Amino acid sequence: MSQTPQTTPGPVVTPVRVVIGVCLLAPFVAMLWVGSYAKTDPTFIGIPFFYWYQMLWVLISTTLTMTAYKLWQRDQRARSAAKGGAEQ
Amino acid sequence: MNDGVNGVALAVFIFFFVLVTAMGFLAARWRKAANEHTLDEWGLGGRSFGTWVTWFLLGGDLYTAYTFVAVPAAIYAAGAAGFFAVPYTILVYPLIFTFLPRLWSVSHKHGYVTTSDFVRGRFGSKGLSLAVAVTGILATMPYIALQLVGIQAVLDVMGVGGGENTNWFVKDLPLLLAFGVLAAYTYSSGLRAPALIAFVKDTLIYLVIAVAIIYIPIKLGGFDEIFASAQEAYSQTNPATGAPRGAVVPGEAGQWTYATLALGSALALFMYPHSITATLSSRSREVIRRNTTILPLYSLMLGLLALLGFMAIAAGVKVQNGQLAIPQLFENMFPDWFAGVAFAAIGIGALVPAAIMSIAAANLFTRNIYKDFIKPDATPRQETAVSKIVSLLVKVGALIFVLTMDKTVAINFQLLGGIWILQTFPALVGGLFTRWFHRWALIGGWAVGMIYGTVAAYGVASPTQKHFGGSSKEIPGIGEIGYIGLTAFVINVLVAVVLTFVLRAVKAPEGVDETKPEDYTADVGDPGVEVELPPATAGSAH
Repeated sequence: MSQTPQTTPGPVVTPVRVVIGVCLLAPFVAMLWVGSYAKTDPTFIGIPFFYWYQMLWVLISTTLTMTAYKLWQRDQRARSAAKGGAEQ
Repeated sequence: MNDGVNGVALAVFIFFFVLVTAMGFLAARWRKAANEHTLDEWGLGGRSFGTWVTWFLLGGDLYTAYTFVAVPAAIYAAGAAGFFAVPYTILVYPLIFTFLPRLWSVSHKHGYVTTSDFVRGRFGSKGLSLAVAVTGILATMPYIALQLVGIQAVLDVMGVGGGENTNWFVKDLPLLLAFGVLAAYTYSSGLRAPALIAFVKDTLIYLVIAVAIIYIPIKLGGFDEIFASAQEAYSQTNPATGAPRGAVVPGEAGQWTYATLALGSALALFMYPHSITATLSSRSREVIRRNTTILPLYSLMLGLLALLGFMAIAAGVKVQNGQLAIPQLFENMFPDWFAGVAFAAIGIGALVPAAIMSIAAANLFTRNIYKDFIKPDATPRQETAVSKIVSLLVKVGALIFVLTMDKTVAINFQLLGGIWILQTFPALVGGLFTRWFHRWALIGGWAVGMIYGTVAAYGVASPTQKHFGGSSKEIPGIGEIGYIGLTAFVINVLVAVVLTFVLRAVKAPEGVDETKPEDYTADVGDPGVEVELPPATAGSAH
C-alpha cells in the first residue's frame, strides 16, 4: 500500500496503514497454508472441516476487507484534512 | 440423458430466454447518453455504473456458466482438488482492493479503455501494449467458447441437443439460435445489455442455489450421508491411472498444487480483459473498493455450488462427460418446472459473460491493434463501428471452435489462456505501482513466461490425452507439483528484473511516461477526470 498522494504530510507508514496491510495479507497466509486445514474433523452438520473452514474464511476475509476499507477511508480523510481541507 | 425432450423444463427455459432477449435489446435505451457512438458508451456503458450495477456486472462476469458447471464437475470427478476455486476467489478481493482503484484513476484521467492503453501510456511502448492486447484476445476466445459449452450441456440434458445420430444441423440449431440472439443484442446495446441481464441471471442463480443446497441434502439424507458416499466413490481405484479416483480431503502431495492454483488463478483473474472492462465501467474509485466488500457473497455461493458435486455422486448420477453432472443432478432431483428455472440460470449465466468478454476482446483489438497499427487517425465513431464488428467476429470464432473441435480442446485452451494472461501481470500491476521496470525487460519476461507456460502445459499428459492434460507440473527447483501459470509468472518476473538491470546498465532508451504520480489517486471531481453522465465523451477517447 504505497499509495501516497502527492504533497502528503506525515510518514508513509503509519500504524493504521500497517493494520490495513495485515487485514489484506491475512487471507493469503490462511488460504495458502493448506496443511492447516486439510483434515476431516471436526465436521459441521456433516460437512468436513476442509470445506466449512474455507467457506468460513469467505466471511472472515470479507470482514477484514471491510475493515481495511473503513480504515483507509478514515486515513484518507484525515490526510486531506491535514493537507488543508482539499477534497479527496 | 437423451431420453426425449423435457417439455416443461424447456418451456420455462424458453420463457426466461425470451425475457432476457427483450431486455438485451431494450438495454440500449437504458441511461442513454447524448452521443452513443463512442467506445466509452458502447464498450464501457458510459463509465457510469454505480455500486450495485457494478456488483452484478462483475459477478455476472467472473462467475460464469462454465464456473457453475465446471467447479462442481471437478469435485464430482476428483473431490477436494476442485475446491481450490473457493480460496482462489477469497484471494481475489484483497488484490482488487490494492490495485484496481489505481487503474481506474489513471484510466479515467487519460481515457484508457483497455489495459493495453494503460501499458502503452505508462511505458511508451507500442510493442509491450501489443503483447498485452494479443495475450488478452488469445486468452479470452476459448473462455467465450466455454460459455457455449455450458449452454450446450444444459441443452443436452433437456434433450434438445439431439442424440449422436441426429443431423448436425438439428443438433446445433438451438445453440446457433442462442448465439445469434446474443450476438445481435451485444451489437446493438454494447455493455449495457449484459449489465441489465446480469440482474436476471443472478436472481435466478441465487434462487437455484438456495433451493438446491437445502432441498437436495434433505432428499439425500443429510450431508453425513452425502460425504460418506462420496468418500466411498473416491476410494475406488480408477482403472486408467491405477490410483484412487480422488479424495475428500487433499493429501500431503496435493497441497502445493492446491495453493499454487488458488494463488495463480487469483492473480490471473483481474488480468482478463473482461474483468477490467467491468471495473472501468464503474463510476468512481469508491465503487470498486466498496465492491470488494460485497463481491465475496459470490464466493460463498461458489462454495455451496461446489458441494453439489458431492451431491451428484450421492444421488447416483453417472455421466461420462463430467460437465453434464450438475445439469443431470438438477434434472433428477427437481420437479420439471424448477429444473427449467435452473437450466435457464445456467444458460443466461453463459450469455452475460460471453457478451462482456466479446466486448472486451473487441475493445482490445480496436484500441491497440486497429488504432495503433492500422488507422491511427480513427475517429471515436469509427472505433465503435470496428469494435462492434470485431465483437461479432470473436463470437463467431468461438462458435466455430465449439462446433468443430472436441470439447476437451476448448477446456485445454482455457487452461492455457489462464497461464498466458497471468504473464501480463508484471507489466500491468508493476506499471501501476512503479516505473522501475524497463519496457523491453517486460517484453522479455512476458515472452519467456509465455513460452515456458505453453511448453510446460504441452508436456502434461492425462489418462485421456497426451498433451495439455492439465495445468500442474513439477516446479523446477522445488520438486513439488504446482500450477504452471504461477511458475511461469515467477520466471517472468525474474527475467524482467535481470533484464531491467542489464538494460539500465547499457542505457537502453526508456519510453515516455505520459502519466503523473497523482493520476493514480485521482477520483471523480478532480480536474481532468471525466464526470458521470450525461456529457458525451466524444473526442476525449484520444
